[in-house]
Amino acid sequence: MAEAPKPPAASRAGMKKELPERFRDYKDVWVFIEVERGRVHPVSWELMGEGRKLADKLGCQLAAVVIGPKAETTKRAIKQTYHYGADVCYIVEHAALTDYRNEPYTQVLTNLVDTHKPEILLLGATPLGRDLAGSVATTLQTGLTADATELAIDDDMCLGATRPTFGGTLLCTIYSLNHRPQMATVRPRVMAMPTPDPSLSGRMVWDSFKMKEADIITKVLEFVSDNTSKDANLAYADIVVAGGMGLRNEGNLRLVRNLAQVLGGEWGCSRPVVQKGWATADRQIGQTGNTIRPRLYIAAGISGAIQHRVGVEGADLIVAINTDPNARIFDFAHLGVVADALTLLPALTEAFARRLGARALAS
Amino acid sequence: MSDHFDAIVVGAGPSGNACAYVMAKAGLNVLQIDRGEYPGSKNVQGAILYADALERIIPDFRDDAPLERHVIEQRFWMLSEKSHTGAQYRSDEFNEERPNRYTILRAQFDKWFSRQVRAAGAVLITETTVKDLIKDDAGRVIGVITDREGGPIYANAVVLAEGVNGIVGQRAKLRPEIKANHVALAVKETLFLPEETVRERFNLAGEEDGVVIEVLGSVSSGMVGTGFLYTNKESISIGVGCLLSDFAETKIAPYALLDKFKQHPSVAPLLKGAEMKEYVAHLIPEGGYDAIPRLTGDGWLIVGDAGQFVNAVHREGSNLAMTSGRLAAETLIQLRAEGKPVTEATLKLYRDKLADSFVMKDLKKYRKVPRLLEGNRQFFTTYPAVVNKAMQMFLRVDGVDKASKEAAMMRGVAKARGGWWGVVTDIFKMARAWR
Amino acid sequence: MDEPIIEALEPPKPEPKGLNIVVCIKQVPDSAQIRVHPVTNTIMRQGVPTIINPYDLFALEEALRLRDQYDGQVTVLSMGPPMAEDALRRALGLGADRAVLITDRRFAGSDTLATSFALATALGKIAEERPIDIVFTGKQTIDGDTAQVGPGIARRMGLNQLTYVSAIDSLDLGQKAIVVRRRSEGGVQVLRSRLPCLITMLEDTNTIRRGSIQDLLRAARAPVAIWSAEDAGVADPMKCGLRGSPTVVKRVFAPSPRAEKAEMVTIEGKAPAQIGDALIDLLFARDPKLEAVMTAPRP
Ligand SMILES: Cc1cc2nc3c(=O)[nH]c(=O)nc-3n(C[C@H](O)[C@H](O)[C@H](O)COP(=O)(O)OP(=O)(O)OC[C@H]3O[C@@H](n4cnc5c(N)ncnc54)[C@H](O)[C@@H]3O)c2cc1C
Ligand SMILES: Cc1cc2nc3c(=O)[nH]c(=O)nc-3n(C[C@H](O)[C@H](O)[C@H](O)COP(=O)(O)OP(=O)(O)OC[C@H]3O[C@@H](n4cnc5c(N)ncnc54)[C@H](O)[C@@H]3O)c2cc1C
Ligand SMILES: Nc1ncnc2c1ncn2[C@@H]1O[C@H](COP(=O)(O)O)[C@@H](O)[C@H]1O
Repeated sequence: MAEAPKPPAASRAGMKKELPERFRDYKDVWVFIEVERGRVHPVSWELMGEGRKLADKLGCQLAAVVIGPKAETTKRAIKQTYHYGADVCYIVEHAALTDYRNEPYTQVLTNLVDTHKPEILLLGATPLGRDLAGSVATTLQTGLTADATELAIDDDMCLGATRPTFGGTLLCTIYSLNHRPQMATVRPRVMAMPTPDPSLSGRMVWDSFKMKEADIITKVLEFVSDNTSKDANLAYADIVVAGGMGLRNEGNLRLVRNLAQVLGGEWGCSRPVVQKGWATADRQIGQTGNTIRPRLYIAAGISGAIQHRVGVEGADLIVAINTDPNARIFDFAHLGVVADALTLLPALTEAFARRLGARALAS
Repeated sequence: MSDHFDAIVVGAGPSGNACAYVMAKAGLNVLQIDRGEYPGSKNVQGAILYADALERIIPDFRDDAPLERHVIEQRFWMLSEKSHTGAQYRSDEFNEERPNRYTILRAQFDKWFSRQVRAAGAVLITETTVKDLIKDDAGRVIGVITDREGGPIYANAVVLAEGVNGIVGQRAKLRPEIKANHVALAVKETLFLPEETVRERFNLAGEEDGVVIEVLGSVSSGMVGTGFLYTNKESISIGVGCLLSDFAETKIAPYALLDKFKQHPSVAPLLKGAEMKEYVAHLIPEGGYDAIPRLTGDGWLIVGDAGQFVNAVHREGSNLAMTSGRLAAETLIQLRAEGKPVTEATLKLYRDKLADSFVMKDLKKYRKVPRLLEGNRQFFTTYPAVVNKAMQMFLRVDGVDKASKEAAMMRGVAKARGGWWGVVTDIFKMARAWR
Repeated sequence: MDEPIIEALEPPKPEPKGLNIVVCIKQVPDSAQIRVHPVTNTIMRQGVPTIINPYDLFALEEALRLRDQYDGQVTVLSMGPPMAEDALRRALGLGADRAVLITDRRFAGSDTLATSFALATALGKIAEERPIDIVFTGKQTIDGDTAQVGPGIARRMGLNQLTYVSAIDSLDLGQKAIVVRRRSEGGVQVLRSRLPCLITMLEDTNTIRRGSIQDLLRAARAPVAIWSAEDAGVADPMKCGLRGSPTVVKRVFAPSPRAEKAEMVTIEGKAPAQIGDALIDLLFARDPKLEAVMTAPRP
């Protein structure tokens, strides 16, 4: 169990000292549930799925942390945490926590940790999660692994968080020695989305929030929502068609959009396309854009640079269209066609339209 | 400090760096301008560094210059579609204390050289392109204009070290536009291979031993050109270069040519598993002595590739560049010491120094080679093919007697050139050009 | 060449006014050019050029704009090996006023906690001379890629933390008030906060300027202040470098290559339409459920 002092692993006997006394009673796996404007970020549920596995391996509880206003949306989020496997939910509700702000959120989460002492604390690697995790880890003076893509409990019951470095060229596994909690942020769409079980429920633990609104320096003046029609739901789409510099000009992106449209999917692009101003940043796929995990990914005129690759590798089926038979994309695509995307994309769109249309009529 | 300099050096390749270094060391107030993100960022070479030229500028350069391997073995290959016939020379004597030839990566080497230049006291500005020269009413060059705000900058002398296709000299009408048959277009790839693999594949015992392969024949697909393969520490440089005019005429895509070379059965096993790091294309001045432009004028002088100082036959360029850069610097230092202005007349000193050095002597010696090769493509097509065929015939044991084989081989060679007369003429032409 | 070289950081001659801004920049290997040794799984750094972390350029440009508008000065600060001086000099050429490099063997092996400690300490030193109004960092680095150093500095220095900022709407020096736009999920938060603050700047929010010839000449000749750990004011070296880092990298390895390469669809002699059909057959053969996904009713 977690409270037993852990034997030092032989492999890093030199690095590892005994876990200091004050950390020995830290246990349980925590997942910070990211609720913004009433909506839970799906990465939180992905983390609950992963957290469950870690907690089972450690033989401890899985806890969710929900911070927000006293509102229906917060209540709903709390309820959902159990469906996604929480044994317990730590809750702090206060009007000052309506919108995310670093200062109050940091204080709330730090206090919760100090009071309830989790062994592991996970957050989504979103703008909110990264903003918060950095502050909390610094306040607690503990280790934080950013942007993990894999989590595992090793033989001596420590958390090993694996993440890409050097632009995805390498992976490394990082441990937080001698400090608790062990913290990590995890990329959206890297972990599988678990299936909720509405029959589950668990314990609630409320904590209070002592700051007054007047004490909080930063104020939210306004929230400007992205135009929802433009709001690419790229990360969560089942089918994604993307274009790269091989398309040659902005106009030809149309071919990508058309195919996506016929397939009922989303469209995206490589980074240079965004840099050229042909598409907005939310359409970018890859290390510094969206990670996607669709059933089908069609890449047209994309060379397959490592930074692009790391964003699409989770796709079940990758199809690449490229004029260069040696393009790196063929190293990780499942199906490849050496062809001019400018002629093949319209043909493919046509063929799909015919096929799918006919089927739709027949049924 | 005023923005008036003793000299402005345009370009931070080997010629510009050599020139700026020597001048700065002598206490001249030098500004060097390069358009690359850092010196060498876009510069291209095979690359073999010839130690001698650099040693005369920085005697202890071996201590910290980023050198890859020193060459202990040289191979010459005559390539046909499926074979190569080769000669090779390897000597442990090349494992001397101060080796004579090294492979280098230009991006690193130029950066290192530039650091020495700055340490010597020259002011370097990068990511800045010199657009044009400023002349006074008398037509004398007095400074440069760049693509940045806040110019112009003035100097007593402007050294054009801008490389083969530099536009500054051309734009200022100091030198003519280069002709397509005076330059080769070279394409080159750097391919990553682990150090052990490089050493195993090239049979290298010493950690820093290296091999150089020069290639003639089918590698140029009938054009006037050659290929090369050099071993670096953790990579291989491979490239081919042919006359620009030939590329234009044949419409062969340069990268396709290189691809074909890489897939040649003699080459592919050497590259197996290598990962491409870089693909570049660059021009090489190959017009030789007769293509050299006017080198000096009032307030300006030309060094390096900009002056066509490349010995194409021996694949030497950077050493001519550094030597011409050094000689230019020594000239300007002397003129300043003597209180003389920098004019066409006083710069005769530079022209004399050049004429007296191997730079001009070698270029003169091979003066006729470029045109000879252009007019006699059999050196790149027929001969390598025939030689390879002959070798095969000779080595294949198939019941045919040796005398008949020898006769057939000789006939093959003769026939390829329309009779013995053609072969003899070729031999003479070559010999004369080399003399 | 006869001007004295100024060794230490000297306060600017006229009584300082306007904003005192520090931009943290990091020199990083150009990750696009990094390769992994197939046998030892180590990074083959050879020949890999170093650049200013691209995200930091957006922070620098934003800082320069504020300086141009409100007066003041921009200091660039970096922690790294001596070579990082090149990055700082380049930043000077882009228009920064002065540069500080903190470099010390004891900083080696720092994780984000130790990095933010060292940088915050050096920032404290810089602030002794005159309080800092804004610290800028990039959104993240392309090598570390954590986006943690900014928040770490803010926390340690008690600065108001404004991350993922896409624009600075207004700044009132007298009131010490600042209004920024912060990218968040599904939209942009407009935040009003107070100086001193730490801003991590989002990418593609501005275009880095080209310095003038004078900037470049100044940069080429300017001194870069080089500070050791002591110079920077580090009292407890245990908080630096490897020792001050709670995280430990235990294993570094290359992503496992996919076993087989793509199955190539041959197209020779086929019309595009035929290829399209062939491709669809292959797709549906590989994932029979795809068709249902494609024909599912759209929202
Ligand atoms: C720190 C950092 C982060 C990065 N993050 C990302 C990221 O998140 N996402 C990302 O995508 N990139 C990212 N990059 C950039 C990445 O390194 C590559 O430069 C980029 O992915 C290349 O885009 P591309 O394949 O569209 O363009 P190119 O590399 O130019 O490739 C174009 C491809 O199209 C092919 N082609 C040309 N014509 C045709 C045609 N008619 N039909 C079919 N094919 C054709 C070519 O053969 C070529 O393979 C990042 C880089 C860095 C340094
Ligand atoms: C494929 C290839 C293989 C070669 N192999 C060898 C070899 O093995 N050994 C050898 O000795 N030589 C070799 N050479 C030749 C050698 O590279 C050149 O002779 C040498 O680089 C010439 O040096 P340089 O300084 O004159 O010009 P460059 O090296 O071309 O430098 C010119 C510099 O000027 C800068 N510049 C140009 N215009 C401007 C402007 N307007 N404003 C500011 N800056 C400007 C450029 O950025 C560049 O840094 C090879 C060349 C090639 C292309
Ligand atoms: N060694 C360093 N020196 C200066 N600034 C740094 C350093 N490391 C990180 N930073 C700053 O912190 C930001 C985030 O870095 P990171 O947390 O590594 O992604 C970078 O964009 C830089 O502005």
